Amino acid sequence: MNFQHQHAAHCESGVIANLLRHHGVPMSESLAFGLAGALSFAYLPFVKVSGLPLIAYRMPPKAIIKGMIGPLQARFRFETFSAPAAGERRLDELLGQGRLVGVQTSVFWLPYFPPDMRFHFNAHNLLVYGREGQDYLVSDPVFETPMRCPAPDLSRARFARGMLAPKGLLYYPESVGRKEITPEALRHAIRKAAGRMLAPLPIVGVRGMRTLAGRLARLPRDDAGSLDFVGHMVRMQEEIGTGGAGFRFVYAAFLQEAAQIAAMPQLMPLSDRLTAIGDDWRRLALAAARMVKGRDALDPPALARLLRAQADAEESFFRDLRAAVA
Amino acid sequence: MDLDVVPQEGNATLGGHCKLMYARDAGGRLVGVPSRGWEAEEIVTSHAVDVLLARAEAARERAARGLASPLEYWMHQRRMDVALLSQTSGLWQWRVRRHLRPGRFARLSPALLARYAQALGLEVAQLKGLP
Repeated sequence: MNFQHQHAAHCESGVIANLLRHHGVPMSESLAFGLAGALSFAYLPFVKVSGLPLIAYRMPPKAIIKGMIGPLQARFRFETFSAPAAGERRLDELLGQGRLVGVQTSVFWLPYFPPDMRFHFNAHNLLVYGREGQDYLVSDPVFETPMRCPAPDLSRARFARGMLAPKGLLYYPESVGRKEITPEALRHAIRKAAGRMLAPLPIVGVRGMRTLAGRLARLPRDDAGSLDFVGHMVRMQEEIGTGGAGFRFVYAAFLQEAAQIAAMPQLMPLSDRLTAIGDDWRRLALAAARMVKGRDALDPPALARLLRAQADAEESFFRDLRAAVA
Repeated sequence: MDLDVVPQEGNATLGGHCKLMYARDAGGRLVGVPSRGWEAEEIVTSHAVDVLLARAEAARERAARGLASPLEYWMHQRRMDVALLSQTSGLWQWRVRRHLRPGRFARLSPALLARYAQALGLEVAQLKGLP
């Protein structure tokens, strides 16, 4: 198969961009991310990830893939399986037809991941573009080059259980109705993301950040659990699927592309502003990491102040962004 | 972030790989650039890994002294907890918790042992012992 692997910051946007480019759509990772309106923030204290609350900086898994359906008038096929053997057979069958197939996997069971990155996270995405003997040829967008994965390991990773269990999910486009992106689709996607960030709910968008800041401010200073919480927050921000700052940069890149495609020069300064906000997210992550490492004393109220400042900056940013595409 | 400040600190937890970051080039355009890692990420990832390793090591010591079953060690070694092992093995949590006790574990049927071994990606012989 004549397939071009391209490195990406985030697995799902990278997979979908590589997949759509293979089908002749000029799609970049950032364009896919923005077009799906995938930028978000959610603090879900009732969903636990190894005992700590879920903090997400983007929409839930599959949102980016599904976000392509409307703007591109595309039809995707999603298949899940109850038995690993059936899932593997179907994957082989599709590869035999010369298809490029997206699959959802756990990270833990993929042998090519560095050991320190192998956690039980089930919403990883990658493309399979061939099979040679016992090895699948894998395009994992968060790696610079294509990888190989032994069939039993991929099967395990596809059928891992637990939260967000992939159930062997595989997907591929059946048809793509439109190959260029309309200005209207871009405006719609931007309005959607801005609306969500400003939503009147205490656990999403800028209000979710403030709720998390409140939780953070109440952490006891001299408790090992507090360190775990702060470390977890940074990990959710920077490590798990690109992270908070990373997503802001991807979205800023999207705004530049949108400015060009839809002839909306007013988006250019907004892109710069979002890049600056991303830089501040990284400053927050570094301050927190230094506390985890013990270089600075743990100071939850100080971190909460930084987080509130992020919420304020993003609130005014998304108000202006919404006004810019009104 | 500008191109020249994209961190290239050789983050050990990346195992020699690069991750892609978006940064501004000289003309102000955001472009993708490989990063060899950032200290802040390395700190929090190693912290999380260390917590998991400590949990496994504590379980190994308890199992060696006969206070816990080898299953408890292997569960932590595989970075799981009771909830995840229960989901992966398809056994109720209370049963999994009970099998963390050495006496109960010693009397497990071959079928149940095989089920745990499968869930943890181990051979049965490995599961019954400690490294």
